[in-house]
Amino acid sequence: MKLDARIPAGPIEQKWQKAKFEMRLVNPANKRKYNIIVVGTGLAGGSAAATLGELGYNVKSFCYQDSPRRAHSIAAQGGINAAKNYQNDGDSVFRLFYDTVKGGDFRAREGNVYRLAEISANIIDQCVAQGVPFAREYGGLLANRSFGGAQVSRTFYARGQTGQQLLLGAYQAMERQVQAGKVKVFSHHEMLELVVVDGRARGIVERNMETGEITSHVADAVILATGGYGNTFFLSTNAKGCNTTAIWRAYKKGAAFANPCYTQIHPTCIPVSGDYQSKLTLMSESLRNDGRIWVPKKQGDKRPPSQIPEGERDYYLERMYPSYGNLCPRDIASRAAKRVCDEGRGVGPGGLGVYLDFKEAIDRLGKNLIADRYGNLIEMYERITGEDPYTSPMRIFPAVHYTMGGLWVDYHLMSTIPGLFVLGEANFSDHGANRLGASALMQGLADGYFVIPYTLGHFLAGVKAGDNITTDHPEFQFARSEVDNRIKHFLGIKGKRTVDSFHRELGKALWEDCGMARNRKGLEAALIKIPAIREEFSKNVTVTGDTMEVNQALERAGRVADFLELGKLICRDALEREESCGGHFREEYQTAEGEALRNDAQFAHVAAWEYAGENAPPIRNTEPLDFEYVHLAQRNYK
Amino acid sequence: MKLVLHIWRQKNGQAPGKMVRYELNNVSEHMSFLEMLDVLNEELTLNGEDPVAFEHDCREGICGCCGFMINGVAHGPQRGTTVCQLHMRHFKDGDELWLEPWRAKAFPVLKDLMVDRRAFDRIIAAGGYISVNAGSAPDGNALPIEKQKSDLAMDAAQCIGCGACVAACPNASAMLFTSAKVVHLALLPQGQPERHRRVRNMVAQMQAEIFGACTNLGECEAACPKKIKLENIARLNRDFLKASWIFREETTAAGAG
Repeated sequence: MKLDARIPAGPIEQKWQKAKFEMRLVNPANKRKYNIIVVGTGLAGGSAAATLGELGYNVKSFCYQDSPRRAHSIAAQGGINAAKNYQNDGDSVFRLFYDTVKGGDFRAREGNVYRLAEISANIIDQCVAQGVPFAREYGGLLANRSFGGAQVSRTFYARGQTGQQLLLGAYQAMERQVQAGKVKVFSHHEMLELVVVDGRARGIVERNMETGEITSHVADAVILATGGYGNTFFLSTNAKGCNTTAIWRAYKKGAAFANPCYTQIHPTCIPVSGDYQSKLTLMSESLRNDGRIWVPKKQGDKRPPSQIPEGERDYYLERMYPSYGNLCPRDIASRAAKRVCDEGRGVGPGGLGVYLDFKEAIDRLGKNLIADRYGNLIEMYERITGEDPYTSPMRIFPAVHYTMGGLWVDYHLMSTIPGLFVLGEANFSDHGANRLGASALMQGLADGYFVIPYTLGHFLAGVKAGDNITTDHPEFQFARSEVDNRIKHFLGIKGKRTVDSFHRELGKALWEDCGMARNRKGLEAALIKIPAIREEFSKNVTVTGDTMEVNQALERAGRVADFLELGKLICRDALEREESCGGHFREEYQTAEGEALRNDAQFAHVAAWEYAGENAPPIRNTEPLDFEYVHLAQRNYK
Repeated sequence: MKLVLHIWRQKNGQAPGKMVRYELNNVSEHMSFLEMLDVLNEELTLNGEDPVAFEHDCREGICGCCGFMINGVAHGPQRGTTVCQLHMRHFKDGDELWLEPWRAKAFPVLKDLMVDRRAFDRIIAAGGYISVNAGSAPDGNALPIEKQKSDLAMDAAQCIGCGACVAACPNASAMLFTSAKVVHLALLPQGQPERHRRVRNMVAQMQAEIFGACTNLGECEAACPKKIKLENIARLNRDFLKASWIFREETTAAGAG
């Protein structure tokens, strides 16, 4: 497989300008001849559908939720980064670019990241114009706060609901195009197969989740903006419905899957409280602006936090990383939490937790200001745990949150299948081995509002609209029969275990062997364990009900079947990447101080996995990464 | 704790439905309400019965998917809380709970506790936006906005579109939902050019969807998990009145449109 990233030549600050000028255009009268499918309605998919509709393309938009407004981008809390330098604190496009490459532990493409930083400022302008109610100062101008991995305040926010407000902005822009007749929404429809005709992505097969009807759709290009695969771990901060099916089907049709082992464990989530736990809830990283993280200095100290005097507390992030303190990047903060818990200094049931304490901030700023900044998060914590963070510190623990890996895309966001574009978390491109806080929203909207309108046009200009491919084409018929067979298979097993029980088992295996710390022995064991779970699933799962009706168990069975396959690829990728970088921490490769130790000589590359058939191991292709502007160095947040 | 649940079971929109009684033992007070239903569904599945269908996704109270009536109260007894954030510590051993879907003509039942809320999307499509194409925006700080107004806009914009307001209203009115969007945009300077057109079109769509009229009972505010205020409805009414007063037929003269 040839991986051509199509990064334009020339100085980094001119690449995107140059690429935009060199791209071919589709004239307005011709745009309406093209049909585009967009799967997913989060920040990336929603903004893409809206923008492509504005340009005049015919867009079909699909989501599994009952409304496009419910995509999981809505749950993003803290904020969105942009290199506006409104605070006059030394920010610039180059600094955002630099922070992002460094934060990603030098495993992202410089060209893509620079473009992201460049576009970031336009995103804020666009969202403000849409009426997104960002936080403001008394003077009426936009407010900012800080996020991990940065020493400037460049994060824009709308209380603790930034994702919600940005998503509603994109959703409303999309609904405007629905009214204009340019976008047609298929909510409660789930994509189950990608159709490739003559080497080009030409459509999808989907299931109506209300009637069970299976339908195929033809298009001139297909855009997947279906989010990440964190739910492979069962317990994660993702929504319950988040799944990998769309990108996994594309992988099996020839799209390379890049860096699946790059999973982000977020340091500040509410700890697990029991076996029935269905998901984990994030407490925004923004809380680390004012909250201080600590554990007792003594092992097994069971005193309530209020009775542990200052001198017996270890503010370990401030101690270990004095210049970034509580705002060091997520991978580093998570590993530090794991380390203090492994030392027996964790707090709460099972010793799996650390304190996030607002007392000092409340004393300094007053309760009202803290409530103004984080009120809804504090309330959410109180709802879930029954404890009041204003009077006693929050207990938090790391949890699976985001996946930096995803389908491989070039600079045009096109996968290795021509005509298949991948946006947002579903692709792999911008965050390297660790994403910085408040950068996911930035990437989703950059891809949808400002990148795809150009690159898709360039692609379409090279292909003819309105050829005679229909859903009668053998490839469509074949894809349809694959979907039918899979559904029939799940309903026919009639075994003795529920879908969820398998999903939990897979999640546990991944968390133990491919979670915050990984090693060869564990990964090799997981590579035996996971196929065994998959084998049992295919023989012993039970899916009740029928296909031609609402059947949530059937929906989950399809998703879990794909997670079981992806889980194996995650472990394989983690095993082959013999270094530690960002969220991928191999215990064999660490510095004397326990920090991630990269191996740039052998692994400064993207691993893009190519499907080779059910019975053959996947092929590991590589795309070398060059660092011209940010020099490779051991990350230092001390 | 032990619970007795009476749950509305309905195979689809056409089939008749009925309440079915279930008993659940060993409910932990740390569970969320939906985790309690997960446990029930696992039991039902293992017995070869059809699990209870309910909408849910983020389980963090923000996506707006979940929601049903618990003992006649939308999202259950805790104020300002979606059912996914409601925890079992608010119930006690031996409680008997009746779970029903949202009841409103504009929200037809899909299955069990799931209803079709696309009417809300159509109300937004009728005008719940600011018409600005990607790429044409001025600098974000070009237009200062009074903090208080921006905060009030944010209060209204927090609506999650769950439909509890409609379910709680004896008239099945969607006024709280519609007004939240109308007011969010009407409070901001960016929302002014389309202010009157927006309110007229959204209200017209709301009526076309056969939501009932608002009679200021205030049940919606009490049920709203995001505590959206009734004053938004007053603001909508004022805008609607003014918009109706100054209404002119829209023309496409002089190349507009």
